[in-house]
Amino acid sequence: MVSAQRAVPARVQRAWDVLAGVLDPEVPALSLCDLGIVRDVREAGDALEVVLTPTYSGCPATEVIEQSVREALERDGLGPVQLKLQRAPAWTTDWISEDGRRKLREYGIAPPGHIEPGAPVAIRLVPRRIAPVACPRCGSTHTEQLSAFGATACKSLHRCLDCREPFEHFKPI
Amino acid sequence: MQASIQLQRDPRQQYLLRIGDTCLILAQRLGEWTGHAPVLEEDIALANMALDLLGQARAVLTLAGSAQGLDEDQLAFLREERDYFNPTLVELPNGDGRPGDFALTVLRNLFVSTLLRHLWVRLHDSSDEELSAIAAKAVKEASYHQQHAADWVLRLGDGTDESHRRMQAALEKLWPYVAELFEDDAVDEQAAADGLGPRWAELRANWHAEVAPLLQEATLQPPPDKSFMSTGKRGVHSEHMGYILAEMQHLQRAYPGGAW
Repeated sequence: MVSAQRAVPARVQRAWDVLAGVLDPEVPALSLCDLGIVRDVREAGDALEVVLTPTYSGCPATEVIEQSVREALERDGLGPVQLKLQRAPAWTTDWISEDGRRKLREYGIAPPGHIEPGAPVAIRLVPRRIAPVACPRCGSTHTEQLSAFGATACKSLHRCLDCREPFEHFKPI
Repeated sequence: MQASIQLQRDPRQQYLLRIGDTCLILAQRLGEWTGHAPVLEEDIALANMALDLLGQARAVLTLAGSAQGLDEDQLAFLREERDYFNPTLVELPNGDGRPGDFALTVLRNLFVSTLLRHLWVRLHDSSDEELSAIAAKAVKEASYHQQHAADWVLRLGDGTDESHRRMQAALEKLWPYVAELFEDDAVDEQAAADGLGPRWAELRANWHAEVAPLLQEATLQPPPDKSFMSTGKRGVHSEHMGYILAEMQHLQRAYPGGAW
């Protein structure tokens, strides 16, 4: 994010404000900035360069996201816009802001837990313990996973055993 | 009709295409389940995994084609069969008929996701920055795929008599195609020498160290090894490959550049 101490061109500052209002097409509770996929905004000659990081390799929303970033900035008179896709470092749900996590919960999606640093774990044989996911409606951790994959690549499906409501969980990755 | 592209048969490109084609062809096979899986949750899971694999394939094919000025679509849709370098394992049908056998599908997913996870871990250290970045992303996805497949192999292998019988039958069908994954050749040698990526043979020990205990836990017994060696990684495919390509390619061949 932009530090207040650094001299930031007004155009760049304005662009961050505009992008904070561009919503993710698949989880419209979150802006692209809440999700942490806008990595940088800078001036490159006449153009405004926006650096985006894809969430999942096959996320079908990637192209819609690029298009909505371009449209939002051009509509605000900040163009011409150059988009740059940057894969490294890989996006992680740890980049979802605290504000974003709150919005997810309010939207009915359990936010992701934090990622343990280190290499990905080897396969676990059952029985195994999955860290309990708190129900976004009643807060109970007495929940169970129904499906490791949900309606989009980034979510899994759960159910609360107390309030009996099904809910989605943003998978930590 | 759109004409085929010709590849230059460069070892670097072939190494990358082995990875990209493994993802691409398995994505196509998993996509066949869409709308047909035994339960809705698995329909969604298989489609999601197909999507991850397709995304990985796009990134790797783009990289593979860059030196020769070819894009991902040309590589995916306009090659002849002998210019695809996926191991034969991923092109085998899902089972008899359509959409096929769920037991075979999840067992193959276990085999391939275990291979890919170890491959992506090593490719993170690739001398190619783009490949390293693709790998750092893909390894997280492969871990999810592997856990999902492992859960099913265990549940069905150590399940009812019928689920065990079908899982064991799938193991006997697929096991002969595992050896090819770890075959060593000049393409691997060049990749290792350039720091592009590991020889796939170096992944063999880690692969078996994870798969063997899981099969044992699932009460499944691999058949004895045979001298048979499939040859998809060299471009010489099974009789099933042509049918996949016909389905994948006919639209782009008939309507060049068609998009929707």
